[in-house]
Amino acid sequence: MKIEIMTGNEAIARGAYEASCHLASAYPGTPSTEILENIAAHYADDINSRWASNEKTALEIAAGASIGGMRALAVMKHVGVNVAADPMFTMGMTGVEGGLVIVSADDPACHSSQNEQDNRLYAPHAKLAMVEASDSQECKDYIKAAFEISEMFDVPVLFRMTTRVCHAKSLVQLSDRQEVAVRKYEGKPPKYSMLPVNARVRHAKREELLAELEEYACTSPLNRIEWGKSKKIGIVTSGISYQYARDVFGDEASYLKLGLTHPLPSKLIRAFCQDVETVYVIEENEPYLETKVRALGFSCIGKDKLPLLGELSTSIVRKALTDRPDPVVYESEIAAPPRPPVLCAGCPHRGYFNALRKRKRDIVAVGDIGCYALGINEPFVGFDISLCMGAGFTVPIGLAEALKKQGDPRKVFGMLGDSTFFHSGMTGLVDVVHSNANVVLCILDNDITAMTGHQANPGTAVSLTGEPARVISIEAIVRASGIDDDRLRIVDPIDQAAMDDAIDAGIKAEGPFVIITRYPCALIKEVARTFVGKYCVIDQDKCTRCKSCLRIACPAIALKDGVIRIVDRQACTACGLCMQVCKFGAISKVGE
Amino acid sequence: MRKNILLIGVGGQGTILTSKILTAGLVELGFDVKMSEIHGMSQRGGSVTTQIRYGEKIYSPNIGEGEADIIVAFERSEALRGLPFLKQGGTIIVNEREIYPLPVMTGAIAYPDNIIENLQKTVGNVLFLEADRIATELGNIRAQNIVLLGALVAFLSLDGID
Repeated sequence: MKIEIMTGNEAIARGAYEASCHLASAYPGTPSTEILENIAAHYADDINSRWASNEKTALEIAAGASIGGMRALAVMKHVGVNVAADPMFTMGMTGVEGGLVIVSADDPACHSSQNEQDNRLYAPHAKLAMVEASDSQECKDYIKAAFEISEMFDVPVLFRMTTRVCHAKSLVQLSDRQEVAVRKYEGKPPKYSMLPVNARVRHAKREELLAELEEYACTSPLNRIEWGKSKKIGIVTSGISYQYARDVFGDEASYLKLGLTHPLPSKLIRAFCQDVETVYVIEENEPYLETKVRALGFSCIGKDKLPLLGELSTSIVRKALTDRPDPVVYESEIAAPPRPPVLCAGCPHRGYFNALRKRKRDIVAVGDIGCYALGINEPFVGFDISLCMGAGFTVPIGLAEALKKQGDPRKVFGMLGDSTFFHSGMTGLVDVVHSNANVVLCILDNDITAMTGHQANPGTAVSLTGEPARVISIEAIVRASGIDDDRLRIVDPIDQAAMDDAIDAGIKAEGPFVIITRYPCALIKEVARTFVGKYCVIDQDKCTRCKSCLRIACPAIALKDGVIRIVDRQACTACGLCMQVCKFGAISKVGE
Repeated sequence: MRKNILLIGVGGQGTILTSKILTAGLVELGFDVKMSEIHGMSQRGGSVTTQIRYGEKIYSPNIGEGEADIIVAFERSEALRGLPFLKQGGTIIVNEREIYPLPVMTGAIAYPDNIIENLQKTVGNVLFLEADRIATELGNIRAQNIVLLGALVAFLSLDGID
């Protein structure tokens, strides 16, 4: 069959197809997002795929499919597994009918995440099987193996990826899809109704099955010894770290390359470690493999030399474990100017943050996870706190109590986006209203899940696969939660007068108050089309170079050679925010 | 034989597309190929890097400092950011185009004005291109990335790539 170059994410999608996965669900999150997008784009006829409103619902949907007899896949980023942990731990006890694979895409070094966490530690904790791939070919092959392991040992499989495995491309040999029928559903209440009486039985069963799985792991082709020219150095490794180890040591060392990493194969590890002179354990983040090697009674070189934080790389491994010199590096006398990511030209969040900034003395703001997190940067510095998905609505409740207790009169504002509202903001809204919290909740509705690259959410009119979908109304949920119209403002965030008015009303209100800002993301294709040929221009006769327009940090406006201009007419959407901040009427629109 | 190529530019310049085209060609020539990119902030004006490694057998998809045989900088100041990755004796191809980052646009910092001289002084093999002018002459300013790809392929001395 054909060889293609694929990202790990594309290969996971292909593997799911070849393995006859029947249903896949996910909540988007970097670096995992493209897995479901690829399934929907290429394999929609064979795999029923959908976005769920959060990772917990995604896993529960997959769990239902598995219990019903389907092979099912749930996909999320590492922090998403925290959200999905509740059903995941209990599924670790119940086991599965059709194979159930949970992809955890970890992000060592936090390229685009709020924390660094090593989800390998979940596997022993939740008593799941775990598989790790080190390139795209393994992503595809191991997904198929994961479905088989799941069914053989009646256990969900945690398929652990990292950013470099997800996003790096390498060659993949394709195979045909092997059709696996949906198993006939036979209700098994003692297995799947997790009341205490059943849960105790299942726990005992799980321990038995894990012991059997460990035996299997000792001979599984996913765990292999690669003998090199010498047994002086024996390297125990998994995932992307294997590639770095190979680059550094080549054939001069021997390798125990692990792909089925929970339960870890004690006998195999013991045999390998006994046979080599010095054991190196090369892994990113937590000493997961190293702890096992040490528990088996072998001394090794690992986290004493290699960093716990961030990603590894060939050069980090070389520096830590060899005395080879680093390559010589060219150094320039001048440094590249910093290029921080910014809110796009025409971004509705700019209008929101610009208005919020004007009332900074009266407000303490709490942010959340999404594009609007960029509002933390200069010049807006739009919030003090951002924790996790949904916390933008709940942290304010406790924070308001703390401020009240110390006589701080400032009003607490919470903010999150439309997708985050459906993910876990709705429950926070309920907490605010039910406890009559004196806070202002802002829902920044840009009609899309923007940060991860424009995925549908319950507020959009199409599904993952492009089918029409019923739109869930944000304001209907807000009103149904008990927010009356005098406590609710729905505003265009670019319209600064309306925005100022809404923020002032929020500051003055006693008790819960909600502001919905509604304006689509400027990057949505259909929206971007409406901007073509429209842009703003600055009348240089009227411009006083006061720089007010520069303080909205729009990438289409620049000061060059003492003159302020709209430098990028293609990027400018003529949203008109700069016109409103110009006190001299120097900016006008063209093309309308 | 192993070659390491690093492409660096600004979100929206087509670095990722260029890498994809090059990678497809290298696969057709029968090389083992790996390509690495970091997504996330690319559409929001951030710096974008893609790395391509090819040869008989490739392990790590990433290139370390001092390891790139060729760097293509799609924007002038990005050449400075990419420079530490260049191998001694390696080649750097620089598009002369300037794209101001936000701190420069707001006047908070200045855009370095002597990048070309500096690179010429530091690196032996440096090629400056006005890819936007060449692309415009060829009929489409948006083809800048293809002009840069053309220059890169010429340096790779690959036979049989279309």
